[in-house]
Amino acid sequence: MIRVQQEDFDVGLELRKLTENNHSIGGVASFLGLVRDIASDENISAMTLEHYPGMTEKLLEEIEAEAHQRWELDASLIIHRYGRMEPGEQIVLVVTCSKHRKDAFESCEFLMDYLKTKAPFWKLEETSKGGKWVDARDSDDDAASRWHEE
Amino acid sequence: MKILYFAWLRTSIGKSTEEITPPVEVKTVGDLLNWLPSLGENYASALEKRDLLRIAVNQEYAELDQIIKTGDEVALFPPVTGG
Repeated sequence: MIRVQQEDFDVGLELRKLTENNHSIGGVASFLGLVRDIASDENISAMTLEHYPGMTEKLLEEIEAEAHQRWELDASLIIHRYGRMEPGEQIVLVVTCSKHRKDAFESCEFLMDYLKTKAPFWKLEETSKGGKWVDARDSDDDAASRWHEE
Repeated sequence: MKILYFAWLRTSIGKSTEEITPPVEVKTVGDLLNWLPSLGENYASALEKRDLLRIAVNQEYAELDQIIKTGDEVALFPPVTGG
């Protein structure tokens, strides 16, 4: 399941909803991304996430489907927020549920790596010097590319 | 053809979307990127750094040789930074 939304989310509630009626699940892995207050040595007062409505949902559905092909998953969830957020706020949640932990751990990392390099989101940071668009990082491309080799 | 711009491409071009009718010689994504700078200085400077451009046609990532046609939705944006 994927959701692209402006509102915050409740991690505990999301995990419960995903697992409560599925007792074949033996392990749940999750990743929660938060807004930091410092990036590139600058203080950040807030961040605005822009996205491409339509393509974002399509991309997230594609990478989720790929994760289900590559690993044995009983359920999964991707929530990504857009709009303005302040340090400490939750940006993204990826949850993968499987019978065994290996599939859950690996697929969760795969989903985050792919999301970071493919999903059409852009971060604008607010600093004392004004707004600054965040540059993409090579390390994110490297992280995503290792999944091709297996 | 509908064009969408995101992030700093949107702010430097000064609009998020527009309807354009490129000349008939514009057949591919690459042709479109060569033609757009003729629309003005703001386009020329925004599209200058080719390696920082990502393109989607009808909401799918596209390469420079992809054929585009009337009615397509073409989006231009910088490398993504979500997550």
